[in-house]
Order: sequence, then structure tokens, then C-alpha cells
Amino acid sequence: MSVDLSQFHQVFFEESYEGLDVMESALLNIDISEIDDETINEIFRAAHSIKGGSGTFGFKDIAEFTHVVETLLDLIRSDQFEMKADHVDLFLKSVDCIRTMINQLESGVSCDMEVADELKAAFNRLLDGEDAANGGSNQVDLNKTDESQDNQSNAEGWQIYFKPELDILRTGNDPVRMFRELSELGELSVIAVTDDIPSISDIDPEACYMAWNLTLFGSATEEQVNEVFEWVVDESELVITPLILQRDSIEEDQDTSASEDDAVSEHKTTIIPDDKDETVDKEVADEQQSPTKKIVAKKEVKTESASIRVGTDKIDDLINMVGELVITQSMLEELGKEFTIENLPKLMEGLAQLSMHTRELQENVMRIRMLPISFAFSRFPRLVHDMSKNLNKKVELELLGEQTELDKTVMERIGDPLVHLVRNSLDHGLELPEQRLAAGKDEMGKITLNAFHQGGNIIIQIIDDGAGLNKEKILSKAIDNGLVSASDHLSDDQINDLIFLPGFSTAEAVTDISGRGVGMDVVRRNIQELNGSVEVESTEGEGSVFTIRLPLTLAILDGQLISVGEQVYIFPLVSIVESIQTHDQMIHRVSGGCDVLRLRNEYIPIVKLWDVFNIKPKHETVEDGLLVIVEGDNIKIAVLVDDLLGQQQVVIKSIRENYRPVHGVSGATILGNGTVSLILDISGLIKLAGVGRDTYKKVSDTNDTEAA
Amino acid sequence: MATILAVDDSASMRQMVSFTLKGAGYDVIEAEDGQKALDKAKVSAVDLVLTDVNMPIMDGIELVKNLRTLPDYKFTPILMLTTESAGDKKVQGKNAGATGWLVKPFNPEQLLATIKKVMG
Repeated sequence: MSVDLSQFHQVFFEESYEGLDVMESALLNIDISEIDDETINEIFRAAHSIKGGSGTFGFKDIAEFTHVVETLLDLIRSDQFEMKADHVDLFLKSVDCIRTMINQLESGVSCDMEVADELKAAFNRLLDGEDAANGGSNQVDLNKTDESQDNQSNAEGWQIYFKPELDILRTGNDPVRMFRELSELGELSVIAVTDDIPSISDIDPEACYMAWNLTLFGSATEEQVNEVFEWVVDESELVITPLILQRDSIEEDQDTSASEDDAVSEHKTTIIPDDKDETVDKEVADEQQSPTKKIVAKKEVKTESASIRVGTDKIDDLINMVGELVITQSMLEELGKEFTIENLPKLMEGLAQLSMHTRELQENVMRIRMLPISFAFSRFPRLVHDMSKNLNKKVELELLGEQTELDKTVMERIGDPLVHLVRNSLDHGLELPEQRLAAGKDEMGKITLNAFHQGGNIIIQIIDDGAGLNKEKILSKAIDNGLVSASDHLSDDQINDLIFLPGFSTAEAVTDISGRGVGMDVVRRNIQELNGSVEVESTEGEGSVFTIRLPLTLAILDGQLISVGEQVYIFPLVSIVESIQTHDQMIHRVSGGCDVLRLRNEYIPIVKLWDVFNIKPKHETVEDGLLVIVEGDNIKIAVLVDDLLGQQQVVIKSIRENYRPVHGVSGATILGNGTVSLILDISGLIKLAGVGRDTYKKVSDTNDTEAA
Repeated sequence: MATILAVDDSASMRQMVSFTLKGAGYDVIEAEDGQKALDKAKVSAVDLVLTDVNMPIMDGIELVKNLRTLPDYKFTPILMLTTESAGDKKVQGKNAGATGWLVKPFNPEQLLATIKKVMG
């Protein structure tokens, strides 16, 4: 039977990544002065599994590399090797190296062995220093096998005396089974030796008192015979002699073991160049086949993003719920067969149940896509560890709310912005230890990543206790770059917000870490593409808090249906602040600008939806319609609509994917009556209506130019 | 057909072993660590146990020890999946009452050949 092993590769890759994550976080947690056995065991186990799996699934490069890593870990585990701080770094590098190799395999390219070989050499140096014999154990075994194959004699058979230990049956071994196996190698005669069987009163029925004289005829090799007894040979008396004596096999064995030590070193030197040749060969082959390789790689990447691992409890819940749904459905069907008006209450009850089950089912299906945010957080301990070393800063990282669940797609796309923000906090936020001490702070800086749910949103905060944003510097930079004019009066929040504008960077020098041309504007844009927002609060000298607000999912939205004329639009419920009916005194008409609503000492620009979308409304004037006050990008606008309809959850269908991006509209959905309704994007609407902060600024900019 | 309890903390190994064995007509019960294997062994009729050695919670050696204390598993063949380098594990396993071992890495053919050796 042949089994296609490639079907298990994806699972192997996934579990290897998990294993590597385990290794990484355990390595980062190691207290070098007091190494805890369980942590080392954990690391060892993960390495061991990766080695076992890669060997099984034919990834020789990874198996060989992981083998040296594992060997050193094993020595540490058994206290034969003392682990030091630079060893931790070596292991961390190996984790990276294995991750890269698996990545390469996953995308169908052969492993780049350069780093692996370097690391392997470093490990071998450590191993050679401590325990030269251990590294060579594999080669010794190979050697042995070679020898015993040479040993293939022309014997016409074997004479075997076999006396197992009394307890053989208690280990699950059965002599009868072994004899049957021998008989497959040739003609077998069995003579039982019953001398040692005690008198019946002394017999332990579970013990084996027998011995056997076996004669095996045929061309079986000694190795084959030995293999039959492989598992019991240590505990049994076993004498195997050829039927025709050719050479003294015992002496031969001794020769083999005597030459072992020499063989080890010889093998080592020859094996390394062999490996290299092979890699080169592979690379050449790859280059030749590169077009096909690329296609394969593409395909695999697709399968990777298409699969999701789901806890069985979630699946069980779903099955339960579907069961409930089926019961309700059959109840309704029964009711519909002979429906009379007396049954109306029953029908109503059935429909209520149906809607409840549908909602529960929907919620649970959504839960399938939810993963704990620890998936996105897990890379930060390492990132902070490495970066703080580079920057000579002392940093403690705190992760809070790791179990907070988030949609998988959102998670995948929030990773990069998060990394950027954390890097930013480390690089620009936290001060050097000397500066911190001088400022009367603890030398050790602290970065906190916090995630929690708030309403229909997930909030992620990146909090540092560094120097905070330097408002004067930001403002002067913004004026230099022409982002604001010196005459603008900006609030503290508005100044802080300037860092999110395109083309803004206060880094004094372009460092390796941040300031690589990707600014905070990209972070904000990426987050906005997810229907989220990012803000910063900062106190000079005390630190900054970046707050990211994201919808829990991109697929479903709680919507408020509104109507303008014949059209029905949907506002995301989370963006609605309030809805009011106005009277004349609340409206202020600004000459040359738009109307504003005065609400509790706040002026809110009024946006007439019919005007923006150029449709015919029922009520053109503000007094006759309703104002829905919505907030996006920290700006409030009052949107004039004809009527508020219901609230409902809507499934978002992308317009961008099916048509093209449309300003002011984030998507569409199909309503209960089958008509299509557009979902409004508040930030887009603000821009479209020309009432946003940007526009005000632009207006003032043009005024300045004109004045100049 | 015979039932095999396959114990490994690695999902890919479990899947591979289970797929191979099922393909050869065996019934397979999977467990991801020694403790879960022990719990499952107590409530099912298992003809052969195939266990990894290095596992969290309860390792393969402990599992063998525990299984051998159960009357139903006094004589049941128990095979350990070990690596070549873990020589002392073989001895520990044997002392705990394991029947034999299969050295990793192995391919499906080797697995079936070894199973056949004990199952006949």
C-alpha cells in the first residue's frame, strides 16, 4: 500500500509553526541563572516533534538541522551541558532558521541552507567540546548496518537457541508470533525445551518457562533473524549459529565495534561535502524548473490562507444548533400542512423560535472565524527582545487580554500595523536607560499591549511609559512640511493627530527600525481599510497610548436602515451617536459654507444625503426631515434623512471586489424583501460632503496661498 | 478488525499513522497525550497500542507503566515510536513493559510491517 504523504504536509507545517512559537516564547522566558526543567523539556519536546515529523515526511534538511538542536537540548536537559545566555540566542536563531526553512518548503522552494549550515557548525562546535561521541551516534549505527550487510553469508540456515525471560508475555511479546515470523523466512523446525517448567503447584500461569531450539533452513540473513528477536534480545538468552560454519561471527562483531571510533570522524568529514553537493544540485534543478515551481508555490499559499483551525467545541455547538433548526423547520412544516387560523399562535411561536435559532446559528458561525488575539500578539515578545537589544534599551513587555477574540481576516491584516506601532513606541517612545534615570523613572521601560471588547468593537492599545509626544516638535515639523499653517490654532489632540498625516516623520535620523519610509499614515490607512480607527493620547514625560478600534468582523454589521426618497441606506449602528428632530433655532446657516446644527454647545455640520447622492427626497429642508448624528474619524456630522426604518444585522457584500471602490459607500447588502441597499461609510461620506477637517484645512491653505 | 490506539502529540504524525492504519483495515483510536490515551484505553477494547515517547502531560513510558497495571492490558502489545538517538528510552520503555519499538522516521510501509509483526 502506498500512502501519499504530501496530504499531511500542511498539518505538519502548521504544527511546526506552533512548535516554533512554543520554543520561542519558552526561550524568551528562560531565566539563565535558574533554568527550570519543565521549560527545557517543553523546548526539547517541540524540537523533537519537528525533527520526527520532518524525518517522516521526507524533509531531510530540516530533520538534520533539528537533530543537532535537539541533541544539545537533550544534553542540557540531562544536565550534561550548561546553558548560557549566548546559547539562548543561538537557539532563537535556530528557531528563526527552521521557521524560514519550513516557510520555503511550504511555498515549494528548496531550503536555503546557508544560515542552517552556519548554525549547525556552531552547534557542532559546542557538541564536540562537550560530548564528541554523542554527535556521531547516527553514523555508528549506519556503520553497523553496513557491516552486517557485508556479513551476508552463504549459510544454508541458522541454528537458534532461544530462552526468553520469564516475564516476556507481560511485555506483550509472544514467542509463537516470532516463530511464525521466522517461518516466513524459510522452513522452520521447532523443538521445545521443557526442562525448566516447575511442578504444577509452583507454576505462575503468566510466566514463560519454556526455551526453544529452532532450525531455520534457507537463505535468510543473520540480520533478518536478529530482527525477529530485536525487541527481546536484551532480556533473553539467544544464540544464533550458522548451519554451515563460515566465520566466527562473534569475533566479527568485536572488530566492528573496535573500528567504530575511527569511522565516526571519517564519516563526519565525508558527509558534509556530500550534503553541499546535493543542495547545489537541487538549486540547479530548481532554476531549471523555476516556472513550474512558482505555480506550485502560488497554489500552496492559497490553500494555506483558505484553511482555518477550529476548536471542536465550536463545531459541536453548530451541530446542536442545526439540530434545533431542523426541529423547528419540521414543526413549521407540520403546521403548514393543515393550517387553520386557530393555529396562529403556534405559528407565531414557531417563527419566533426560527428567528432565535437563526440568530444563534449566525453568531456561532461567526465565532468560527474568531481567533484569540494572542495569535497576533505572540510575535511581540521576540520582537521586543531583539529590538531592545539593538537599541540598548531595557524594556518589559506586558500582554493583556490575549484571549480576546477577533475575526481571522482582521487579525491577519492588523499584524503589520501593530508591529509598526510597537516598533515606533520602542524606538521613539521609550528613552535610553540613562535618560530614564535622569528623568527619575525606572531604568526599565514598559510597553503594554492590551486588547478588550467594547460594544461591537475590539480595542487594541499600545501603551508605553516613555517620553510622550513632543508637541512643539510635531507642530514645527508640520509647519515646516506645510501640513498646517503657523496661524492655525490646534488643540493638543489635533497636534498629536498630525503624526498620522502622510509625509510626517520626526525621527532625527533614519534608524534601522523605524523611519523606513512607511509612516504612521500607512498605519492609519491600513486600519481604516478594516473599518477601524487609530488615535493617540500622550502626556509629555509620561508616555503615549495608541488606541486601535476595530470591528469584530468584516462580514456582518449591525445596521440602521434609513430612507431618503425611494432609496434605503444603511448606517453602521456603531457610528450613530443620536437621532433628532430639529427645530429652526438649532440650525445655523453659515454663509458660503454648509449649515451647522448647534447641539449642546457643539456645532455639527449638516450633510444632506439627497444632495450628496443627487436623488429626490421627500423632504428637502432640515426642519421636515430627521437628523442622524454620526461620528467617523473623530468628526461628527448630522445627516439629513427622510425617515428611520428598522435596525438589523446585515451581511456585507463588497462593492470594491465586485465593482470598484465607491466613495462614501463601504459595501452593499440584500434586504429581507430582496432589494439591494448601500451601506454608508461615514469617513468617506465626510470627505464626499466636504465637511471634514482636511477640507477645512485645505480651504485655509488655499486662502493662505491666495493671500501670499 | 483489530483496534489500534495511536498516541502522539503531533497532529501530523497522528494523521499519518491513522490514515495508514485505516487504509490497511484497522480501526484506529487517536489520543494526543498519555493521559488521554489511558482514559480512552479504559473504555475501549484495544488490541495494540502505538505510542510516541515524548509527550506533554503524560509521556509514553508512564503510559506503558499505567497500561500494564490494568488487567485488560497485561499482555496487549505496546509499541513505542522512538528516535534512533534515544537509546535509553528504549530500555526505559522495555522496563516499563513495552513490547517493542519502531524507530522514527518511518514510512507507512515500515509501520504496517511492524504492526503485522505483532498482530500476525
